[in-house]
Amino acid sequence: MSPRDRELAVAIIESFDSKPEMLIQLLHGFVDKFGYVSEAAIRLIADELNLSRADVHGVVSYYHDFRTEKPGRHIVKICQAEACQAMGSRKLTEHVERRLGVELHQDSEAVSLQPVYCLGNCACAPAVMIDGKTWGRVTSERFDALIEQELNT
Amino acid sequence: MTVRVYVPRETTAASVGAEAVALEIARVAKRRGDIVRLVRNGSWGASWLEPMVEVEFDDQRIAYGNIDVNDIESLFDAGFLSGADHPKRIGPTAEIPYLANQDRWTFFRCGLAESLSLEDFRSRGGFAGLEAAFSDGSERVIEKVTESGLRGRGGAGFPTGIKWQTVANTQADQKYIACNADEGDSGTFSDRMLMEGDPFGLIEGMLIAGFAVGATKGYIYLRSEYPMTQRILDKAVDVARDAGWLGNNIQGSGFDFDIDIHLGAGSYVCGEETAMLESLEGKRGIVRSKPPLPAISGLFGAPTVVNNIVTLASVANILRLGPDRHADLGVGRSLGTLAFQLSGNVKRGGLVEKAFGVSVRQLIDDFGGGTATGRPVTAVQVGGPLGAYLSDAQLDTPLDYEAFADIGAMIGHGGIVVFDDSVDMAEQAQFSMEFCALESCGKCTPCRIGSQRGSELIGKIRSGDNGADHEALLLELCDTMEQASLCAMGGMTPHPVRSALQHFPQHFRRQAEGKT
Repeated sequence: MSPRDRELAVAIIESFDSKPEMLIQLLHGFVDKFGYVSEAAIRLIADELNLSRADVHGVVSYYHDFRTEKPGRHIVKICQAEACQAMGSRKLTEHVERRLGVELHQDSEAVSLQPVYCLGNCACAPAVMIDGKTWGRVTSERFDALIEQELNT
Repeated sequence: MTVRVYVPRETTAASVGAEAVALEIARVAKRRGDIVRLVRNGSWGASWLEPMVEVEFDDQRIAYGNIDVNDIESLFDAGFLSGADHPKRIGPTAEIPYLANQDRWTFFRCGLAESLSLEDFRSRGGFAGLEAAFSDGSERVIEKVTESGLRGRGGAGFPTGIKWQTVANTQADQKYIACNADEGDSGTFSDRMLMEGDPFGLIEGMLIAGFAVGATKGYIYLRSEYPMTQRILDKAVDVARDAGWLGNNIQGSGFDFDIDIHLGAGSYVCGEETAMLESLEGKRGIVRSKPPLPAISGLFGAPTVVNNIVTLASVANILRLGPDRHADLGVGRSLGTLAFQLSGNVKRGGLVEKAFGVSVRQLIDDFGGGTATGRPVTAVQVGGPLGAYLSDAQLDTPLDYEAFADIGAMIGHGGIVVFDDSVDMAEQAQFSMEFCALESCGKCTPCRIGSQRGSELIGKIRSGDNGADHEALLLELCDTMEQASLCAMGGMTPHPVRSALQHFPQHFRRQAEGKT
C-alpha cells in the first residue's frame, strides 16, 4: 500500500469513527475508493478497529460485495434470479460472456463480470447493472448498445 | 403558465431511460420557451408503461407511456403540455384500469407525490398518522395496530402489534427499530418502490414504531443492489431532519428519534432478521438461534423491533384512518392489503396493491394480461426463491396466508414470477438448491450440506441416472432440510423443489425417457 493509499484508507476508517460495528460500511468505502479490499487493507483495518485479522477477513470473505483482488475497470453484473430467468437471462448471459470475452466470476483488465441475484428490476427483466447503474428489458442488441455507451463515457 | 410534468425518479423507470427522458424534456422545453416544472415523483408501479410521463392539465394528470427520448420533440409538437393526443397518450392516469382497480393503502402516495417534497407529503396526509400517535399515546397506538390485524409484510406474516407489545414490555435503557430493507427475494421490488416513491412515509412509520415501543434510534438496513434508493433515502432523511421530523424533541413532542442507513453487502440470508442484526453490528451475516427473540434481545442485545418497509409504511394510515378501515380489507386472518409484484414472463409487469383474497390468476390475467411471450402460463413462483411453484390448477387459490400454507406454498413478500411453457422446471428446482448452497450462511448442516447434495441429486435425476431412487432420496432430503434447518433459508428451499417435482415430474424425466 502506497503512503498515499494508506492515508486515504485511514481517512475512510476514521470517517466511521473507527467503530467495529461500522466494519461493513467502511469496507464499502474501500470498494468505492480502491475497487477491492487488499490484504494490506485488511491488516490496517484490523489494527485501526482493534479487531483480529481473522475477524476482518471473515467479513470480507462472507459478503459478495467485497473482493480481495483488483477488479476490471468496469463492473458488469447480470441478474441470474428467477424473474430474469423467465425472460431469458440464461441466453443473455451467454451473449454477454461472448461480447465481453469473460465468463461469469471472471475479470479482464477492462471488465469484471459478476452474477447478481435480483436487482429489484423484475418487472422489466432481464436486468443488468453496469458500473452501479441498473438497466432493464435488456436484449442482446440492447446490451451491446449499453456497453458501448457506458464503457466509452 | 407553468406546466407540471412528472417523470419518475425510480430504478425501473430509470433502467428503461427515464433519466434521459427527463433531461430531454427540460432541454426541449427550454429551447421552445415553454415553462415547465419537472416533478420527480415515484413510480405508480405500472412498470410496463415506463418510462411513463404525466402532464398536469385542468387538474388532471394525463399519462403518456413508454416514452423514449426520441418521442419528446413530437410530444411537444403535438401539444402534450395541454394533454393533447399523441400515439403514446394513455389518457388520465386515474383512469388507467391497472391503477384504478387497485386497493391502495400503503402505496397511495406512490406515483402521486413528488418523492422528496416534504410539503407535498404533508398535503397528502403525511405525518397525520404520527400526530395521531402523539395524541393517542403509545399504549393506544399498539392497541390500534393490533386491532388492525396488520401482519409483517416481509414474508413471515407475524402480527405486528404483538411484536411491538413485546418490545414495549421489555425494560431497557436503549431500544431500536431495525427496518429490514434487504429485499433480496427475486421478483420483489415493493420495498424499493416505496422507499423511492414515498420515503417520508417510511420515516413516518419508523417514528410511530419508535414512539410506540420507546425506541429512540432506528436503522434502515438497505441492500447494496439499490444505489438509487440509497441516494433518495439519504436525501429524505436529511430533509426530515432539517425540518425537525428527526432528531431531538420532534415537533415539540418531547420524543427523540433518529435514523441511520446501513448498507448490506450482497448477502441474501441477511434478509433473515437475526442475520440482518449481525450484519448491522458489522459482522458476518450468520443466523442467530432463537430464542431469545430480537424483541427481547436484538441489536447489540437491546430490545428491537425488526419490521419490513411495507409493514412500517402501512402503520401511518392505520392511525390516520382508524384500525377498522384496515381490518375491513382482506380475508380471514390476512387483513389489509399486500403490494403484489408481477414479474417474469408477464405482459404488464409491475406493482399491484390489492386486498388479500384476490387470486394469482386474477392478478396475472386481469392485471398482467397473460405472458409477455403470448405462450401459456406453465408455472408461477409466489413468494420469492423460497416460495413454491404453483401449477395452473392452483392459480385460483386466494392469496391468504393460511390458504397458501394449506397448499404447501407461501405468499412471502408478494412476489409473483410467471413462467411460460418454455421453462424447464427441473432446471428451476436445481437452481433453487444451488441458490441455497450459494447463499447459506453455513451455520446449520441441513442447509449448508443439504443444498449442495440436493443440487447434485437433481443433476443426477436430470441426467437420467437412477431417477426413481434419487427422486425418493431428494424428497427425504427435503424433509430433513425443512425440519432441521435453523431458518427459512434451508427450511423453505424444499418448497420450490418439491412443488416442481410434484407438479412437473415429466420435466425431471426427460433424459431418462429420451426427450431432451
